[in-house]
Amino acid sequence: MDQHHFFDAPERDPIDRVDGRAKVTGGATYSAEYKIQNTAYGFLVGSTVAKGRIKAIDTKSAERAPGVLAVITHLNAPKIPGYQTGKDPSKPQTGGQPLRVFYNDEIFYYDQPIALVIADTYERVLHAAKLVKAQFEKAAHQTDMEANLAKAKIPTGPRFEDYKRGELDAYKNAPVKLEQQYNHPVEVHNPMELGSIIARWEGADKVTVYTKTQGVGSTQNSIRDAFGLKAENVTVHAEHIGGAFGMALRTWPYEIAAIMGAQKIGRPLKLMLHREQMFTNVGYRPETVQKIGLGATADGKLTAITHEATANTSPYEEFTEATVNISRFLYACSNVTTRYRLVPLNVCTPIWMRGPGEATGCFALESAMDELAFALNLDPIEFRIRNHADTDPERNLPWSSKFLKECYELGSDRIGWKDRKLQPRARQEGDWLVGYGMGTGSFGAFRGSATVKAILQRDNKLVLQCSVNDMGPGTATMMTTIASEQMGMPPKQIAVQMGSTGLPPGPTQGGSMVTSTVGAAVHDVCAALKEQLAALASKEGSPFHTANVHEVKVDDLVFSETGLSLKRDGSVKISYADLLQRNSLPALELTKESRGQNQPYSSYSYSVHFVKLRVHPPTGRIKIDHIVSCADAGTIVSPKTAESQMIGGAVGGVGMALMEAVVMDHRFGRPINNNLADYHVPVNADIPKVDVLFVNKKDPYTNPMGSKGLGEIAIIGVAPAVANAVFNATGKRIRSLPITPDKVMEA
Amino acid sequence: MPHKKPAPNPNEEGGPAQGRRDFLKQSSLLAAIAAMPPLLVKAADAQLDEKAAAYFEKLPLSVEVNGVTHRLSIEPRTTLLDLLREQLALTGTKKGCDHGQCGACTVHVDGQRVLSCLSLAVMQEGKKVTTIEGLANGENLHPMQEAFIKHDGFQCGYCTPGQIMSGIACIREGHAGSDDEIREYMSGNICRCGAYPNIVKAIADVKKGGQRI
Ligand code: FES
Ligand code: FES
Repeated sequence: MDQHHFFDAPERDPIDRVDGRAKVTGGATYSAEYKIQNTAYGFLVGSTVAKGRIKAIDTKSAERAPGVLAVITHLNAPKIPGYQTGKDPSKPQTGGQPLRVFYNDEIFYYDQPIALVIADTYERVLHAAKLVKAQFEKAAHQTDMEANLAKAKIPTGPRFEDYKRGELDAYKNAPVKLEQQYNHPVEVHNPMELGSIIARWEGADKVTVYTKTQGVGSTQNSIRDAFGLKAENVTVHAEHIGGAFGMALRTWPYEIAAIMGAQKIGRPLKLMLHREQMFTNVGYRPETVQKIGLGATADGKLTAITHEATANTSPYEEFTEATVNISRFLYACSNVTTRYRLVPLNVCTPIWMRGPGEATGCFALESAMDELAFALNLDPIEFRIRNHADTDPERNLPWSSKFLKECYELGSDRIGWKDRKLQPRARQEGDWLVGYGMGTGSFGAFRGSATVKAILQRDNKLVLQCSVNDMGPGTATMMTTIASEQMGMPPKQIAVQMGSTGLPPGPTQGGSMVTSTVGAAVHDVCAALKEQLAALASKEGSPFHTANVHEVKVDDLVFSETGLSLKRDGSVKISYADLLQRNSLPALELTKESRGQNQPYSSYSYSVHFVKLRVHPPTGRIKIDHIVSCADAGTIVSPKTAESQMIGGAVGGVGMALMEAVVMDHRFGRPINNNLADYHVPVNADIPKVDVLFVNKKDPYTNPMGSKGLGEIAIIGVAPAVANAVFNATGKRIRSLPITPDKVMEA
Repeated sequence: MPHKKPAPNPNEEGGPAQGRRDFLKQSSLLAAIAAMPPLLVKAADAQLDEKAAAYFEKLPLSVEVNGVTHRLSIEPRTTLLDLLREQLALTGTKKGCDHGQCGACTVHVDGQRVLSCLSLAVMQEGKKVTTIEGLANGENLHPMQEAFIKHDGFQCGYCTPGQIMSGIACIREGHAGSDDEIREYMSGNICRCGAYPNIVKAIADVKKGGQRI
């Protein structure tokens, strides 16, 4: 088998999720579930005002309540070294000062932690937390984005300056033009697992935490900085993550508070947020107000794009994302202007949510493209193909690979696009209007650096170690698949150890780059392992070492589940056990660091999402009948988990399109739907058949597997596909998400 | 576990699992129990010495969990979910909301699906509780567990125990007749990873297999 082309093998048996058994038996351990002796329970009390100062805080009755071990407030909080030196207790997103929990009496947002109550049981801590009474000196808060748009300003740093290619705002003078505003509310990640942590001090300067994080390494650094510890004295475990979607990309104040609390009581402390606190204290997808200006010639050639976005941030940090950037490269267009602004509001800092800014930016751009195609009397796919970017118009580079046209073709076939009429309201079935819509998505195909250790044991087991963890996409399954192909070993002989700082460093789960980054490192370490095995097999005394042949190369050998043999004569072979024993090795261990190189190419993944839906005009109800999601994500390494990841993105996109929105009561600056009954997410009955189609063509440059990322493009483009289908069904263009029945009825 | 009696129509009960109405019923019952030790009431009413009250706080409970009988002394305010997770170290049952809104905490009580976050532990006296840890028969997985692996009915796995417990009940209740019916009767279990289509496939597959579950 030629190792460089093994992924081009036409049909591979997709392997089951390797941690599937643990997950279906309750054996997978999430952060609040580690069994640690003598653990106490913590609960955070939040501010009831959205801005101001704590005038007084009475903790006496809480302290006297049964089982209470401590109550920490800004009045008695231990000094956190990181706060004093100005070092960041948890890394800032772009600029500003991260929230220093219990630092002083200042309140920036509703439900900001003002006290940590600690007791010996969960029931007792909940009760005691209710006894903490605070008085506030209220100040005028701002939580209404629309009312504060005048305060919008450019974020600090060169990356966010206005972008101009060609002529400024050229759409204004185009023969055919469109100018529209698109709105998107705050969405909350709401992974099913609540934010949770167990912190245990092992001594005065040594701490272990089990916490919900997408990157054990970055959490280790944050804790190191906050508490002034040595990195090696901070151990972070996070093997299984019950979903995160970006929410666990930074270390939040609740984690710092729990570590502080554990130190204070000298006992392990467990803190699990309540669902309400997931809405107020651990980030969210920021609200955006976007403007799109498009210009085209009468025959459907795009001449200009202007994309402006204003998003909210917190009063103390500048959170930024690439909301407008997709407009710079998605279509061939010589005049592009983008502007990005922030408005600080009295809420906690946002954090990237799946697809992040690209997903919201794409809702605006791809809705506008649909509107302009309609104005030009063109099929929206045809319009996009006419403006296909054959090279990267932003960076003037060739693409490393791009199979976007194939996605259009595959998906339109599957959804039955030929049945779609250009004119809306053209298909009726009973009381329902039927519509089709599509949206394109794209996200950079990045690769970072990762170190993987491989241990080949005498019992034919291959152990792979990396600190990377898995919030759901199937990292261990992907790693197992690559090693299995490389080593000719069945997956059951391969064990992955991950999610802990004690292991060789891997990347944070985010930005759709884990397969590219860690997968490449697995590939490389397996290649090196085979080199080593070949070298051992070449030694004198080995059956491969004969009078004529003194050296065998990897290419001369076949690697299998039990050992190696000669390609041209299968009878010359040795088992791994024998080979290791002969060399007095208990196991063969190899560690390899692997990183992406700068290439003279632009690398992006692409997706095209198709939606067929029905709208019931009398009630405004929308029922999605069918979703087809196609992806050009290079080689698909782990087909089964990749398909699930795409389905998950489509479901997330349906939430974004049809239901998800935090509703604020601006009088009090607090959310009124901070629970899963009132904040709607898609449930089973909302989701129809979802077909996932992969182009599955290798990218020659991204990494040895030829894969590109999948996590973000799974959602980017779904929301506009839904909005465009609603237009096709009803003739109503809804530019403000989510598309709830009231909007359908009144539009 | 054999199907004991047909479950009530979830629509009548306000949700596929034990809903808020049941919780209210339980709460009033609990109030009746709590009213029994007068000392406790007095202490609570007067907000007197809570530490003294704490001494009388616990009630005896005998409950069978996954075939093992536990004789416990627990606080009446402890939920079945917290009893399982925090006191019996059965963390396979998940907490996603604590308000009966997500289904992550679904277990079987006497063979029926129940939201353990809305069930007070003391109400389970003499009942048989089955959690995700009690489904497999030694090394042999329950057919629903097998089906979830086969169809990849999950990603992060956090909602999965609840989905599996609910999926089994969905078939037992006779609500797995079609994909649409499964979708409807599984809508009390949120999966934020969005594994719904594969969850439906897994349940339909087990239903088709016709095994006794
Ligand atoms: S934890 Fe019980 S329904 Fe959510
Ligand atoms: S598998 Fe993650 S929430 Fe369902």
